[in-house]
Amino acid sequence: MISGEDFLSYCVTAALALLSLSFLLTVLRVLRGPTLPDRILALDMLVAIAIGFIAVLGIKTGYAFHVDIAIALGLVGFLATVAFARFVLSRKAKDFDSPKGVKSRAKRGK
Amino acid sequence: MRTLIFRTAAPYLTSLMLLFSVFVLLRGHNEPGGGFIGGLIAASAFAIYGIAFGVPEVRRSMYFHPMAISGFGLFLAALSGLLSYVFHVPFLTGIWTSPSLFGITVDLSTVMFFDIGVYLVVVGSITSIALALEEREDG
Repeated sequence: MISGEDFLSYCVTAALALLSLSFLLTVLRVLRGPTLPDRILALDMLVAIAIGFIAVLGIKTGYAFHVDIAIALGLVGFLATVAFARFVLSRKAKDFDSPKGVKSRAKRGK
Repeated sequence: MRTLIFRTAAPYLTSLMLLFSVFVLLRGHNEPGGGFIGGLIAASAFAIYGIAFGVPEVRRSMYFHPMAISGFGLFLAALSGLLSYVFHVPFLTGIWTSPSLFGITVDLSTVMFFDIGVYLVVVGSITSIALALEEREDG
């Protein structure tokens, strides 16, 4: 029978290992991601994983202010994703507006 | 950006971020936080609002020009430093007072007003930059 504290420390270690694994897989998606939206989603996922890391570290070290860092990161990470989405939208609009962009798009379609 | 979900969520998110920025600002004396990081959070709140509803809407909701807010923050920070002149101590020395309001002791200091000044400077200048960039994107 293991004590509660031991169980918590096992859980924290397991959580850190799983988060590291997901971090590596997401970085792989950022590097490989065939299109720009894939990469943006992967970056958003990286922010989410970082929030998870901060939360687990907060439990491990017992400092409550880690939660505030996680909140700030969540809010600012959302802004980054929104800005990226806006960038993708405006780039697409420009592509369709100019005849050159349509042509290159048609070529790519073949 | 004309998406319904984002437009519905943006006002709530903006108000939440502004509230959090004030919380970070006021807590900043003894714990992590302070005027600069609080100001950055508030500026990103205005940036989200600007992306959702456009620059004129942000300018209307801020009421004052962003640079005016920035200038008032600088004025407030300098004023909190000048108060030490009255008490014959070096410039920007922290002066504390603890008046009790309705039975609760409230610690007030020039340090806090300096931090609020920093907050306003950061909010004004970063929002001004963000709005200028947004405007050029639209045109």
